[in-house]
Amino acid sequence: MSYNTTKDILPHAIEITELKKSFGNNHVINGFNLTVKSQENVAVLGQSGSGKSVFIKCVIGLVKADSGSIKVFGKDILKLKQAELDQVRTKMGFLFQSNALYDSMTVRENLEFPLRRLRMNQSQKETDKQVEEALEDVGLLNTIDLMPAELSGGMKKRISIARTLINRPQIILYDEPTTGLDPITSREINELMNQVHEKYKTSSIIISHDLSCIHRTADRIILLKDGINYTEGSFDQLKTSTDPWVNAFFNT
Amino acid sequence: MHHSKNIIQSIESFFFLVGDISRFGSRFFREGFKSPIEWREIMRQSVEIGYRSLPLVGITAFIMGLVLTIQSRPTLVEFGAESWLPAMVSVSIIREIGPVITALICAGKIGSRIGAELGSMKVTEQIDAMEVSGTNPFKYLVTTRILSTTLMLPLLVILADVIALYGAYLGVNIKGAVSAQLYFNQVIEALEFSDLIPSIVKSFFFGFAIGLIGCYMGYHSKKGTEGVGKSANSAVVIASLMVFVLDLLAVQITDLFYEL
Repeated sequence: MSYNTTKDILPHAIEITELKKSFGNNHVINGFNLTVKSQENVAVLGQSGSGKSVFIKCVIGLVKADSGSIKVFGKDILKLKQAELDQVRTKMGFLFQSNALYDSMTVRENLEFPLRRLRMNQSQKETDKQVEEALEDVGLLNTIDLMPAELSGGMKKRISIARTLINRPQIILYDEPTTGLDPITSREINELMNQVHEKYKTSSIIISHDLSCIHRTADRIILLKDGINYTEGSFDQLKTSTDPWVNAFFNT
Repeated sequence: MHHSKNIIQSIESFFFLVGDISRFGSRFFREGFKSPIEWREIMRQSVEIGYRSLPLVGITAFIMGLVLTIQSRPTLVEFGAESWLPAMVSVSIIREIGPVITALICAGKIGSRIGAELGSMKVTEQIDAMEVSGTNPFKYLVTTRILSTTLMLPLLVILADVIALYGAYLGVNIKGAVSAQLYFNQVIEALEFSDLIPSIVKSFFFGFAIGLIGCYMGYHSKKGTEGVGKSANSAVVIASLMVFVLDLLAVQITDLFYEL
């Protein structure tokens, strides 16, 4: 007998069906399917060059998919006009692998940037409060007037998460959140991702090949191979899989 | 056979580039004047582009005015027309030297800065970050820079003209003795609105072209740091070429209106 959890009865945050993307003759995504329930963390795992980053950029609309559908809160982003897509994007956050902090702006200006444009009627006091709250969430309020060049790799990642949180997104897309970080900092970032999930009840797609990151943060894991879903399950299920490729991936 | 195929490919990519830059430019007109206008960024860019280019433009203009006068004197002396020196030099400066030299300096200084800056933002995904946050990076980065170059270049040209005329005054006095009052009287008498207006109008176009090409090259930068270098380089080369092409067109159009 199975019982529905809260996540099961909530509407889907993201539904992706038969997604395809090619660059010339290179068919990167070949009919990928994925459903992310509300408040669920789904990890997409795959080898380098398997199309994980292309996939996640398709979800946010940075790369235009060739066919299929990507529904975010029921709206197919492949059919939206630019203004409608921008509207949907305000409900989503994207954490770049490279952090992509605006290097000519201070930390405060980095966080204020989207607010100044999306909430133009908001007072400066309210903006300041939001910026400070986001920085407190990541434990870096003291860096508010620093430039990105003055921050360490882990701090940049945290500031990048704070910037992602500033619009209060309902969905967060993490592109390789721990790549290039030492194990201790990676662990801190994973904990931060879990805290964000708990506090803001976000749904997430996490793209990574860092198994410890996936283990700590994902509810469900999908393995991407040759542009399609190879298999899926929980970390423990996949770790004990008898499939040679899955086994090689998890136990090498 | 292989050689001709390469030529055809080059021609194709040239027309593709022209078409793509035109489309990029038309996007500026579609999005540049829509509310909300990024006044703060336009002001910041105007200071960067206008104010910070002033020393270089000023020094170059002064030297150009001085050198032009020194070089022109022997020919005029030969024809016994030395007294025409202020008139001839001033017309040359206002019509051609001032706008073109200023535009070329700006193509180098501003075009490369914009190309490298946007190129670096592109390859480090900062432009993508703006896009995913639901804001319009084109409006914030491109329209502000094109507007600033378009508005600042005529101002720089006017200042360059004035400074070059002072350089020419010094040139006139190296081998002669002409008072400032007499010199500037001769300059003003020699100049007409048909010299000044086309010169100012074409500098708006020069500024637009420098901003547009710098932004286009940076915005479409590829392949990491190597791509940033290429963007900056292409921005300078194409913008400089465009200055000459626009100058040629401006002369033809001015000719139609004023029958020079």
